[in-house]
Order: sequence, then C-alpha cells, then structure tokens
Amino acid sequence: MVASTSKYKYIVCDPELCIGCQLCEYICSYTKTGEFNTYRSRIRTVRVDEVLITAVACRTCENAPCVIACTRDALTQDSETGIIHIDPQKCDGCAWCIEACDFGAISINHHTKLAEFCNQCEDVEEGPQCVKICPKDALEYTTPDQRSQRTRRKLIKSSLEFPSKTKDPR
Amino acid sequence: MHGYSGNILHIDLTNRSHWTEDKPEEWYKLYIGGVSMATRLCWENIEVGCDPYSQGNPICFANGIFAGTPVPVGGKYGLASKSPLTGMIGDSLSGSWFSIALKRAQWDGVVIHGGSENWIHIFIDDNRVEFLPADKLLGLGTFETEEEIREMFGDDQIRSATIGPAGEKMVRFANVTNDGRQAGRTGHGAVWASKKIKAVSVRGTYGITVADPETLLQMSFDITESSQGPHTEKYRIYGTSTNVLNMNKLGLLPTRNFQEGVFEFAELISGEYLDEHHKVKVIACAQCPIACEQMSMVKKGPFAGAMTGIEYECLQAVSSNCGIDDMTAAIQLVDIADKSGMDAMSMGVSISFAMECYERGVLKKEDFKCEAAPDGIELNFGNGEGAVILARMIRDREGIGAILAEGTRIASSMLDEERGTETWKWAMHIKGLENPGYDARSLKTFALGLAVGTRGGCHNRSAAYDPDIKGETNRFTIDETRGEVASRSEEYAAVYDTLPLCKFIRRCFTGKADRAGAWPAIANLINATTGWNFDYDDVDSIGVRAHTMKKAFNIREGWKKEDDDLPYRWKNEPMTIGPSAGHVVTDDELDYLKKIYYEAKGWTEEGLIPKKVLIDLGMDDVAEEIGV
Repeated sequence: MVASTSKYKYIVCDPELCIGCQLCEYICSYTKTGEFNTYRSRIRTVRVDEVLITAVACRTCENAPCVIACTRDALTQDSETGIIHIDPQKCDGCAWCIEACDFGAISINHHTKLAEFCNQCEDVEEGPQCVKICPKDALEYTTPDQRSQRTRRKLIKSSLEFPSKTKDPR
Repeated sequence: MHGYSGNILHIDLTNRSHWTEDKPEEWYKLYIGGVSMATRLCWENIEVGCDPYSQGNPICFANGIFAGTPVPVGGKYGLASKSPLTGMIGDSLSGSWFSIALKRAQWDGVVIHGGSENWIHIFIDDNRVEFLPADKLLGLGTFETEEEIREMFGDDQIRSATIGPAGEKMVRFANVTNDGRQAGRTGHGAVWASKKIKAVSVRGTYGITVADPETLLQMSFDITESSQGPHTEKYRIYGTSTNVLNMNKLGLLPTRNFQEGVFEFAELISGEYLDEHHKVKVIACAQCPIACEQMSMVKKGPFAGAMTGIEYECLQAVSSNCGIDDMTAAIQLVDIADKSGMDAMSMGVSISFAMECYERGVLKKEDFKCEAAPDGIELNFGNGEGAVILARMIRDREGIGAILAEGTRIASSMLDEERGTETWKWAMHIKGLENPGYDARSLKTFALGLAVGTRGGCHNRSAAYDPDIKGETNRFTIDETRGEVASRSEEYAAVYDTLPLCKFIRRCFTGKADRAGAWPAIANLINATTGWNFDYDDVDSIGVRAHTMKKAFNIREGWKKEDDDLPYRWKNEPMTIGPSAGHVVTDDELDYLKKIYYEAKGWTEEGLIPKKVLIDLGMDDVAEEIGV
C-alpha cells in the first residue's frame, strides 16, 4: 500500500481492533446528511476473507493527488488542516479524483453524483464523530508522527516477555 | 411513518413478477418485525397444509425495526417458512448487513412465492427486481457466493443471502447465510433450493430517517458504552464457548449423543482452550459493538487451514456431543457446516446419532463407504477424522450421507423401517429439530420450554434454562409454578426476536436483564424510532403476540397436543455420572407440566387458543380461523 506522506491529522483505523460493525458509517452519514445511510458515509469499512476488516477515510495527503487530478479545479486543500474542500458548483462527478486516490477514500453521492470527502467534522465542536462512537477504539484521529511513535512503543512492549503484565486482567 | 416504509415486496418466481403491498401502521404496531412479522407474513401467504418443498410454501423476510440505525445489535432480520424438519413454523433470525440493505431499499418485508425451474439469483436494486441466472454461482460456498456477487456488480455494499452446496443438495437442515452469519435453524436452505433460489441480493441507497434522532443517538451512545463493560464481558472475551466448562460442571454438557452430561475432556474443547490456541480475531454482526464471534483457525495438523467463527452451540454439537476431544476437528466440522451452508447444530446431532448407531451395531463400517474412505469408517464416538468425512458425505448426500441429510427424525425412521431397529430411541430431536446444548433431564423448567416450543428443540425461543441454572427454580424437581415460568420465558425471548435485538444486549440498558430493567428502555427506543407512544405493557405484549402467532400457525398446520413431547432418552434413560445423574422427565411429569403451561397461557386443556385470547391481542382474523 502507498504510504500517506501527510503532516496533517487524519482518521486511521487499526485493522486488528476493527470488528466491522459500521457504526462509524451510521454516525458519519447522520452528521453529514441527517439520515442513516452508509452510502453517504465519508468513512467506509471494508471486509474481505471474513477476518480482514478495516475502515478508510481521507488521509489528507500532502500535495494531494485528488486535487492535482481534478480537471475543473473543484478541489482545494486547506493549508492549515489538509482537509480537502469541494466546490459543488464546479464538481461534475467525473471521478478523476477517485482514480487518483490510493486509499479509495473518496466516494460519489448516488443521488447528486458529486464527490464527497471526509472533513474530519471540522464544523462539529467535538471533532470526528466516528472516532467518538467507535466501540473498540479502533479509530484514531492522529498524524503519521504520532502513529510511528505509537508503533515503536507497541513493538518494544511486545518484545518484552512479561506474561503477567501483557494480558489484561480478566 | 418513521422506521418503516409501509411496503412489503412480493416476488412471484413462477411468473417472474413482483408487486408491492402497502400495510397500515396498525399492522406494524401489532407485528413489529423479525420473527413475529415473518410468521405473520407466512400465515397470510402460505397454502395451508402444503408440503414445505411445494410452491405453496412462501419465503418470508421481515426486517428489524432498528435495522440501519445506530441502535446497537439492531441489524437483524427474521426469516420464516414452513420448516421441512418440523412441518411447523420455521422461524430464524440473522444478524446481517442484508437487513440494512433491505431497509435502505425501503422494504419492510419480502415474500417470495412459487418456484423457479432454473437456478436463480434474485437481485433487489432499490425498487427494481431482477431475475438473474445463477449458473455461475452453483457449487460455490456461502462466503464465496457473496464475494462473487460483489465482484460481479463491483459494489461492496450489495448484500446477499445465499445457500451453499448443502442447500443445493437439499440437505434438510441446510441454512441461509449472509456475511458469514446464518439464519441457521429449521432448514431454510432446503426450502430455498426447492424453489431453485441460490441467492437474494439487495442494494439499498436511500437514507433512513427516525422520528427523534437526537434521543435515539444519545441512547445508542449510552448503550454502546455500556456494552463494553461487565455486562457483555463473557461474550466479548471468550464468546459463548466459555459455557463448555460451566455446563460440564453442572452435568449438562451433551456428551456422546446426550448419553451423559459430563465430558472427561471438556478442558480441551473449552472456550478458554480455543482462545489460547486458535483465536485469530473477533468480529461483529452488522451494527453490533459487542463482537462475540471468535474467528478461530487450525494452524497445523490434518485440518490446517480450517477457519470459522466458533460459538458454544455449534461447538458442543460437534465435540463433546460426538465424544470428540480434538478442537481442530471441531473447528473443521463447523467450518464445513458454515461454508457449505448447513446448521452445525443439527449436523452435529446427526453425526452423533450415526455414531451411536455404529456403536450399537445398527450401522456397520461398510455403511460409511465413500470416495474418501473406500473401506468405510469405524465411526466410534471420538473419531474426529471420521466425523469430518461423514460431514462431507452429508453435504454431498454421498452414501449414508443421503439418509443422515434428512435430519435425525426422518433418518431414524428410514433406518428403523429398513432394518427393524429402534434407533428412534436415540434420535435427539424435538418435533424434528435437533436439540440444543443443554441436557434437559435435570433442567425441568427448560424441558417444558423445549417440549412446547413452536419450532422444536431450540434454546433461543425459550430461555427457561436461565431460572433453572441460576437456581431461581429447583432444576431437579417440578412444581406448580413452572407453567408460568416457561410461558413468561418464551414471551420474554420473543420480544427480542421480534424487534429484533440480539439478546446479548439485555443487561446493557440498566444493568438488569429482567422486564423491569429492559422494557422501559426498549419502549423509548421504539418511540424515538417510530414516533409511537409505546409503554411497558405494549413492549410486553409484543412477545405474547409473537409467540401466539407462531402457535396459531402451527395449529392451522395440524399441530396436536402429542407433538409437545421430549425425546425418549430424556424421559426414560437417566445419566449415570455427574451432578445430573439419575434424573429423567417422566411422562407423568411432562403431562402435568404441559397442563399447567396451557393453563398459564389461558389456552384450553388440548392446548388450543380461545377466541377471546386472540381478540384481546388484536388478532381477530386469526381468532376467526383457529380460535375455539
């Protein structure tokens, strides 16, 4: 998989924790549209071979390929947050942005035929609602830097064998 | 109307046509969804007295009231037909993205009539219905079929309910699978095959609105949070398989075809052992924050590569119940059942039945000849490899598999007729449905619940093992309270099966699972979804009505008092070891229990329903037909 080069925050899913319940998609579609409809969610779960499960939302790439690919200059990237904004007047649903996205994080609204992006709930005070509802804390609102620090810590912890401490008390 | 579209989709396979039926809001208030609505649709559309494999037997889907909303564990649908195993109502539930897709396609229910001449794949695309040839899907396993359909359409939000190879071969306990979950019991897969349906797929693109989204969301957040706490710990950490050791300790773990209730190798087939050696990941049903499905894999040995979700009922049926102490064989057996689309519980009991036939000399080694074992199988209890071969023979209807694929009731009568034996004495079924994983000889309230159950040997529709195990009732004796306890227990379960909500959420509303703990919260959820004004009594009557509907269906299909019975073994052969040793449920005890149960229901001595009872439940048209 192509790695994100983002310095910006984005929503990431830990496939080991994700159980595929799709509650993130419900809350997302409700937040954005007032209806529950996973076709309108900007975060999407995916499951193959029964046990491979994760959720994907916009990774706020630097020099975002979707923005570059857009033939109608409908997409702009916020230089502060990295969030992709779409001008619905300009977008014609041609889907070049979808072709350009390495993560499959963009979707087309079935009814308006326009592209839709995760905007990290920037207009909601509590921040990303999907992260809030995720029952298994599989979703994290983070940056690549935080991710790598966490991975290092996890790695070193797992290489130390203290059986009594590695398992949660049951 | 919020929460419902008001539309039922009717599909006629014979004429390749479809139409919409509008149902009034009052109808939904009575039957809600899930098993209740599915049974009601079956009642309205069946040709009374038909053969379950005939065109007159409809396939009825009923969606859940909370499907597609964030209400935890509400993503379920009910499925009903006349069961080929029992000849009575076959009602199943499945946690499923299928139900949510159906909801978004704006269908509250689907009724499939008639039958097709060629194998068919029905595609419901919002309000369009397509009849597609299923030739390319034939022979594929359940999960493979779904993947193939998603590939075919290039849309991973298309959700399918399918049958597997066992269904295609009309194994009588074949089931219907969606997203690796099953509408598992009573043989729906065989009914689908009788109509030549391989798959039903749905794409739904409309949004779902509810009456009071803010309240519904807040409640959903709270229940979700509570569902990560101690109330569901058992399900989240080990899954239901943790019951193996508990049941073994109580002497209730079915062992060697229900001969005993204690298995000497229980440790090796326990949820704890599974967790340590085989667990790969936990996964959830649609819209479920609990995630009880323990995906387990065999990493080495002859069954390496087998992987599926393991839970208590299927596990005990194929392990202790078959005397098998090898977890890898157990995983392989459940994997075969899941991928080929058959009920692992009924399959396990059919195998244990064959094992006992072998040990008693009714079946010989050469009776099990097949391609994989040209000389036959020495099918003693405990022979895991033999059981795996036999499971595949059942799936393919190869050799003796063709008889065992009929389920234990028909298989035993076929053998007895052919060989003059008495195998019916160890055919462990009730009304034709194989028994669940609790030996009822020393669970006397539950024995009653099973005997009178509308779908036969089923632990899901009666929860009467609960008071027995908790000690609220003395499980070894009977008294005059048991009719009421068993009656209330099945009505309690029917509320969850009708909404439907998974019963694992039952403690997460207030910490208490009883009616007082859960019904007010459930009423609030219903009201926030629909805008209705349900209270405690309305919620309670959902269960009463659901159960009465199922019973009414059975009465019209010819149910008799004698059908409410227990297996010969439970009435005549006590266990010899463990805490449950020495106990049986005698015929006299059962007759008394049935009598006080019918009384508690307000039914007649013959178990028939008085007109007044039905009219009080708002079921006047049912009273007209079968009320006395």
